[in-house]
Amino acid sequence: MSEDKNVVSRYTTAARINHWITAISLILLALSGLALFHPSLFFLTHLFGGGQMTRAIHPWIGVVLLLSFAGLFIRFVALNFWKPEDTVWMKNLGKVINNRDEGLPELGKYNAGQKLVFWGQTILIVVLFGSGIALWDVYFEDSTSIDQKRLAAVVHALAAIAAILIWIVHVYAAIWVKGTLRAMTRGSVTRGWSWKHHRKWFRQEVGKS
Amino acid sequence: MATMQSLDIRRRSASTEAPPQVRKATIEVAKLIDVSKCIGCKACQTACLTWNDLKEPVGFTDGTYNNPTDLTPTSWTVMRFTEIEKGDELEWLIRKDGCMHCDDPGCLKACPAPGAIVQYTNGIVDFVSENCIGCGYCVKGCPFNVPRISKIDRKAYKCTLCSDRVAVGQAPACAKACPTQAIYFGSKDDMKVHAEKRVADLKSRGYKNAGLYDPAGVGGTHVMYVLHHADKPSLYAGLPDKPEISPMVGLWKGIMKPISLAAIAFAGVFGFLHYITKGPNEVSESDERRAEEVAEGKGR
Repeated sequence: MSEDKNVVSRYTTAARINHWITAISLILLALSGLALFHPSLFFLTHLFGGGQMTRAIHPWIGVVLLLSFAGLFIRFVALNFWKPEDTVWMKNLGKVINNRDEGLPELGKYNAGQKLVFWGQTILIVVLFGSGIALWDVYFEDSTSIDQKRLAAVVHALAAIAAILIWIVHVYAAIWVKGTLRAMTRGSVTRGWSWKHHRKWFRQEVGKS
Repeated sequence: MATMQSLDIRRRSASTEAPPQVRKATIEVAKLIDVSKCIGCKACQTACLTWNDLKEPVGFTDGTYNNPTDLTPTSWTVMRFTEIEKGDELEWLIRKDGCMHCDDPGCLKACPAPGAIVQYTNGIVDFVSENCIGCGYCVKGCPFNVPRISKIDRKAYKCTLCSDRVAVGQAPACAKACPTQAIYFGSKDDMKVHAEKRVADLKSRGYKNAGLYDPAGVGGTHVMYVLHHADKPSLYAGLPDKPEISPMVGLWKGIMKPISLAAIAFAGVFGFLHYITKGPNEVSESDERRAEEVAEGKGR
């Protein structure tokens, strides 16, 4: 998208809007969900207009997230299938964490960590939506038994915590790996960044022009 | 029911503040329902509606005496009728169902809204409706399937044990209305003593399994039954034989809460420590140069 030849286009405007809708709804879901999960975080309900509003609005944000994430899934699923180099990369995770990238395989658009984030959130969002329906009494109170609701509450909380942990890893990785954030704010990354982190993808991109 | 100032609070939902503990005079109360003396007249149901300004909408009859057929947001107590046939004999069991006012209340444990459920020092478990957010967690917490969420205001309702009457020294409306005195009310100790007499009487009349229902799994209850078949409480329209807070709820409202927050905090701290020890991952000049060469077709 950029005319600047020193950068490589990574995301279309539509993909970025899709991502930010997902990001905002996930953050709002985490805040409203945590508010009802732990008493010491109940104060977060004030952000949503009180306890009743938080209870009422949380599932609707969940619907937005599901639809929005489905958009991301369709956009990126083809690029997130596991490749042999991903296994090599995972075996070298210690090096990656220590900022030593010698001997790492050349990667396509996504590395193994990003793929795990993708698949982790895909599974968790499906689980969260399913268990969330069982807890959405306003519309689905009679669809499940009380025992099923109890199980759903445990599953929903566990899946939510897992999703929040993955989100922390995802956000931290964007802060840690400099030059990453602009992919989501501007849609492009520098050539050097692409070379360093996603060489195989970079070769494909420069090969196109 | 709103919090009654004359009643001290022992437990408050979703709260960590210490409850008031100076006043020691409170006695624990209990309602004792003698199932063997109940004639199924439903005066208790009527008294409950009247005292609490409730009106049960006209519903449907399912062909039994159960009417309404279940607890509702407006019917906080219902008589449940069970017919048991043994050969030629018919036994008609009638149990007044409603909140058991557990000493260890699952509803209160599950509730996420501070102060929406309280337990007074006298043992009564009360819903403070203005704090209720309508999430339905109390329904999941309750071992007796008692709370009901109103479709009108999405708030939870159940028997208050007439906490407003008890606060001013009156017995609950149902106990006052019962024509056969099948419902007693007083201190829990007195009710146990009275129950012993009733159980002895039932045993002398051939009900050798008669006994008091005060289930230990929920710490005992402040609504107790005298049952002729205390060995099989479930005969009485599914009264739980061994009620306890579901292990799922115990997990969800117990160990999961601190561990989850700790995991989130740990992830944040780990990221921070990683950043200040390993530093950011930056693209070097040589990376930029190599990339440029490849892009210009001069290198690979």
